[in-house]
Amino acid sequence: MPHRGVRFLRVAGIHAVLLAYSALVLFPILLVFMNSFKDQMAIFGEPLKPPTPATFSVDGYRTLFEIASFQHYFLNSLIVTAVSLVLIVLLGAMAGWALAEYAFKLNTFMAIYLALGIMVPIRLGTVGILRLMADWQLVNTLTALILVYTAMGLPLSVFILSRFFAQLPPDFKDAARIDGASEYRIFTLVLPLVRPALGTVAAISMIPVWNDLWFPLILAPSEETKTIVLGAQVFLGQFLNDWQAVLAALSLAMIPAVILYMLFSKQLIRGLTAGAVK
Amino acid sequence: MRRKPFPWHITVFLAPAVVIYTVFMIYPMFASLKFSLYQTVEGGRQLFVGLGNYARLLSDPIWSEPFWNAFWNNVVFFVIHMTLQNPIGLFLAVLLAANIRGAWIYRTIIFTPTILSVVLIGFAWKLILSPTWGIWFPLLDRLGLGDNEVAIALLGHESSALITLSLISVWQNIGIPMMLFLAALIRIPHELIEAAQVDGAGSWRIFWRIQFPLIVPTVGIVAILTFIGNFNAFDLIYATQGALAGPDFATDIMGTFFFRTFFGFQLRPGDPNMGATVAGMMLLIILVGVLVYLYGWQRRMEEVQF
Repeated sequence: MPHRGVRFLRVAGIHAVLLAYSALVLFPILLVFMNSFKDQMAIFGEPLKPPTPATFSVDGYRTLFEIASFQHYFLNSLIVTAVSLVLIVLLGAMAGWALAEYAFKLNTFMAIYLALGIMVPIRLGTVGILRLMADWQLVNTLTALILVYTAMGLPLSVFILSRFFAQLPPDFKDAARIDGASEYRIFTLVLPLVRPALGTVAAISMIPVWNDLWFPLILAPSEETKTIVLGAQVFLGQFLNDWQAVLAALSLAMIPAVILYMLFSKQLIRGLTAGAVK
Repeated sequence: MRRKPFPWHITVFLAPAVVIYTVFMIYPMFASLKFSLYQTVEGGRQLFVGLGNYARLLSDPIWSEPFWNAFWNNVVFFVIHMTLQNPIGLFLAVLLAANIRGAWIYRTIIFTPTILSVVLIGFAWKLILSPTWGIWFPLLDRLGLGDNEVAIALLGHESSALITLSLISVWQNIGIPMMLFLAALIRIPHELIEAAQVDGAGSWRIFWRIQFPLIVPTVGIVAILTFIGNFNAFDLIYATQGALAGPDFATDIMGTFFFRTFFGFQLRPGDPNMGATVAGMMLLIILVGVLVYLYGWQRRMEEVQF
């Protein structure tokens, strides 16, 4: 064992490095948030100082609510993300269960076929997706986004959940089968057993859906269907010179994501870990 | 003997996922590839040209110049991620795995930018680096760079914009390699490290002799994930520099080049066939990367393990 003094120095050194890196991470985020509550003069005059009663101002937020319909964008993002997540988790669980539980001819083929989507980014099919959506008159609908995000999230969801289903002990299922339960009934019985895995899949699928710019920009750019990321992007471009409004928009768009992160960080971290195991 | 009934339940469980995935991911991918083999002629008719579009993309200067520019910029983008993001992510993971108090707080903080939208992160950095705000001029003055034009507007110069954006992306995404490495480090049995410590091995030796060899598989996973993510990137460049990936296309990467080709820009109309061709090239690049990983890297790993 290293000497006690050496050990203390080592731990202190580790803390120092991690603290410094954490500061580098938090600085830009806090800077934006802090300055969003200041008047224009103070933003430029004393950018590094927190707002004081003299420099406090919420004009940026006022502009935001008067001009852009951020509540509406937020609602769109919420609908798209929530519905996509339900579909990704539910359909992913059903398919994952089928692949883990039943031996059938196409099992391996289906597993590989679905896993392709983990490696190949869905964006590369954009030309085909846009034509398909145009043919079905789904351009500028939230449905288009939900369908694409569901297709995007399913491969990883199926992959992770089938591994979890495969680890369940067989006794429980066999007992249910002997009692005459149908295969559908058994699925509803085992689903609660993998609940942590469902949370994990939801958490890691949420980030790319909530934060995506590409598909809202291409499939649903209309005012009614803008998501918060696209809404913020357009607003930021138009109000480039109104620093108060821009800082307020950035802060307001970041807050929901940070809150969600705080709520789900445990599942998220477990998910990253589970996804990494081969 | 009665034949076994058709296993309807398997179909019911599998079909919804397979149908949505096939219709909205696999089919469009093939439709796009097929589309890249055609040209739109007068009257909107599609004319089969074989690999003609790919030949144009690689040899006709109107196409090949922006293509190779975007490709090499993307290579630079990737190299910066591989040489900074992944080693620093590994370093942070080793520190976090060292059993110190409050590690989870650092871990949560360092991962925060990763969950935020690239658009917001890009724009926040654009403001911070903006000469209008001049927030880091005092720091430049102290470094003696107060009059350096490039340092004053890092995102405005051809020589610095791509590197600056790569660093912003590294700053944002470092949480992913950090978490993956951390997950691998935590799985290493404690006794191994303790035994080495008893034998008097220092942290440096323990890292290279025990920890690193055991997490080599994760190094491969992180590398291929970085490769796919980088060659598919778009949001950061579009949010900070616009579709034109300025200044003078210095920050143009495959994603922004694809977007401009497909949708057009300024006076040039969009060309869906050439857009599909660019997407086809991106698919090829990513497949080459994946194959190198699967056959070059993973197979060798298996040989070492068994």
